[in-house]
Amino acid sequence: MKEILLAKYGEMALKGLNKKTFEDVLMKNVKRRLRSLGKFEYSSAQSTLYITPVDENIELSEVSERVGKIFGIATYCRACVCEKDFNDIKEKSIEYLTDILSGAKTFKVNAKRADKSFPMNSPEICAELGGILLEKFPNLTVDVKNPEITVTVEIRDTNAYVHAENIKGAGGLPIGTSGKALLLLSGGIDSPVAGYMIAKRGVHIAAIHYVSPPYTSDRAQLKVEQLCEKMTAYCGGIAFFCVPFTEIQEAIKDNCPEEFFTIIMRRLMMEIAQRIAKKDNCLALVTGESIGQVASQTMAAMCCTDAVCKIPVFRPCIGMDKTEIIEIARKIDTFDISVQPYEDCCTVFTPRHPKVRPRLEDIEKAQANFDFEPLIQKAVENTEMKTFDLNKG
Amino acid sequence: MSIYLDNAATTKPCREAVESAVNAMTENFGNPSSLHRAGLDAQLVLDNARKVIASSTGAESENIIFTSGATESNNLAIRGICSAYGKRKKKIIVSSVEHASVDETLNDVEKNGFEVVRISPREDGNFYAEDFINACDENTVLIIMMYVNNETGYILPVQETFTKVKKRFPDIITHTDCVQAYMKINFKAGRLCADLISLSGHKIHAVKGIGALYIRKGIRLIPIITGGKQEKGIRSGTESVPLAAAFGSAVNRFSKDIDTRYEKVSELKKYLVEKISEIDGVEINSPENCSPYIINISQNKRSEIMLHFLESKGIYVSSGSACSKGQQSGVLGQFGITGKRADCAIRISMTAETTIQELDEFINALKYGMENLRG
Repeated sequence: MKEILLAKYGEMALKGLNKKTFEDVLMKNVKRRLRSLGKFEYSSAQSTLYITPVDENIELSEVSERVGKIFGIATYCRACVCEKDFNDIKEKSIEYLTDILSGAKTFKVNAKRADKSFPMNSPEICAELGGILLEKFPNLTVDVKNPEITVTVEIRDTNAYVHAENIKGAGGLPIGTSGKALLLLSGGIDSPVAGYMIAKRGVHIAAIHYVSPPYTSDRAQLKVEQLCEKMTAYCGGIAFFCVPFTEIQEAIKDNCPEEFFTIIMRRLMMEIAQRIAKKDNCLALVTGESIGQVASQTMAAMCCTDAVCKIPVFRPCIGMDKTEIIEIARKIDTFDISVQPYEDCCTVFTPRHPKVRPRLEDIEKAQANFDFEPLIQKAVENTEMKTFDLNKG
Repeated sequence: MSIYLDNAATTKPCREAVESAVNAMTENFGNPSSLHRAGLDAQLVLDNARKVIASSTGAESENIIFTSGATESNNLAIRGICSAYGKRKKKIIVSSVEHASVDETLNDVEKNGFEVVRISPREDGNFYAEDFINACDENTVLIIMMYVNNETGYILPVQETFTKVKKRFPDIITHTDCVQAYMKINFKAGRLCADLISLSGHKIHAVKGIGALYIRKGIRLIPIITGGKQEKGIRSGTESVPLAAAFGSAVNRFSKDIDTRYEKVSELKKYLVEKISEIDGVEINSPENCSPYIINISQNKRSEIMLHFLESKGIYVSSGSACSKGQQSGVLGQFGITGKRADCAIRISMTAETTIQELDEFINALKYGMENLRG
């Protein structure tokens, strides 16, 4: 019995004349993501991508797991390929669905007849197949409102398909359809989530991280690199920029009032980030901030940091509670890495009483005490770049 | 020169394994939990070994926990699951031919109120997935099936059974002991539908004292060893970096040519079976489609006598499972091999390095023993 994977487009199906561009990018992304699993044939029709394994030893559960992480796909399912003949549909349905139906209590049959030349109409297919399955599996009863299992029969141009599960896909838009942005990646829980959320909108993500040896350890950097590697499952390849930040932090400590330390540090981080962004053709910065989570994430503090930014700063976690952020972090599997307890550059030199409502003019005045420009230039020059490719081939 | 045909009991460590163990003892001897560079270096060695082992089973690093060996892995899997999920669900389904580290552990949990259902092969000597699935119900917490039986080489239908069980009872946890399959048969955790997989180092040319447990993400285990929360708190105790490094290196070496070695050993087995079948009084106990690495035969002398005779000729084989030290094995009985035939069973287990000449010497010695020994 032949099994294939059907992937249904998300909102890109609604695009007008641009739809083809989105489709092409999605197709490219899917191909790249599945290449290492073997040979496939691809075709698309009616906003559905048909992924047909060619090699015999391809395991569809692995395909399905990867497809579930590709942005642009709203739902997907494994389906059994049938002839466009009701007898074949009937026989294959019984065989294909035995395992799932013999453990269920309620079900319904749903038919979609795209090919109107098929001799039975949708209600007829539902009634006929429903009756047969009911007879075959005495444990089942029909429940059209809230069934445990929905068996779907799709009559398409060349074949009919039967499936009984519709799995929610990653949603969003295909990566690469919305340009590139630079993510400030600290190693905490929030920033990978922010990166994931922006990537979901079709944005290609690069990441920037600041290290301050000896105040921060090699392990802290290693942790962030692990995060990058993890994020590739959703975000595709990631360019990772590592900025040496020790001298700047020491200069702030020596020359600026303690209560402003974090704000000034973040302003300088933004300054460096937008220079790197420019070099790497990123159109925006992304951070994991959420209003009021810590002192540097009050609105007043964000006004002060944004004052140095000439490109947009996206903060997709801005209105989320920590628990909501953690939920996503667990889903994208970054949580366990994020909670490893190493000092990062945001936690060293933290003021005892940071200014919660800083005024921009006070900050600017305090920062003017010292000429940071040469240090910024030096940090940008000495920034090291690494790339993380899709972790599975 | 001795001829070692007892590779299912243990294997000779490969050069790569020995070198990386020595390197971890002389260069990277730090404690992986130490914050300083020496600690980090040791951690990196450990991480690297973990990654190699993870990817060889189609998993991620975080799925792999190092243990002292497969016996501990099996204990941790069974006891850990029983403590974590066994409050309400009290039934365990298991094959009747498991290794003692599974069997004895189950005897133990049985005393604590768990119901253990042991599934035997049917009369034709085969296990059937349906027999396992039919035994499962809402009260079942765990199903355990070894991949390759250590005494006969029989390959159990793990993938078929686990896939079907998961479809019907997604909450039942699946555990497989892959000690005799690892690096011999290509398998992936995902394809097997296995939640837990036990692995051993010394059966794959690494060293004794190291093993691993694959734990699928989302499966909770209550540790049986508590302490400094190493290995994500699941297996406390400072990690043995040298042994783990040796394990990783052996996997690195042998994971690339699993299929070619399988072919080669299949040829060796074919040769051995052909030659041995010509001898009067020899019966092959291993079924036809079993792992080529293990061949169980019965001849006309008591196992131990033949074993010691072969030993005097410098040839090492085993009687039944090496762990049971000559105790008669119940596993053969499960496969329908009883009485004198079971008393006279010996196990030959090969590697890809075994040669035709070695097999010829074994066959000649066996013939001589069968004709000339008394008793």
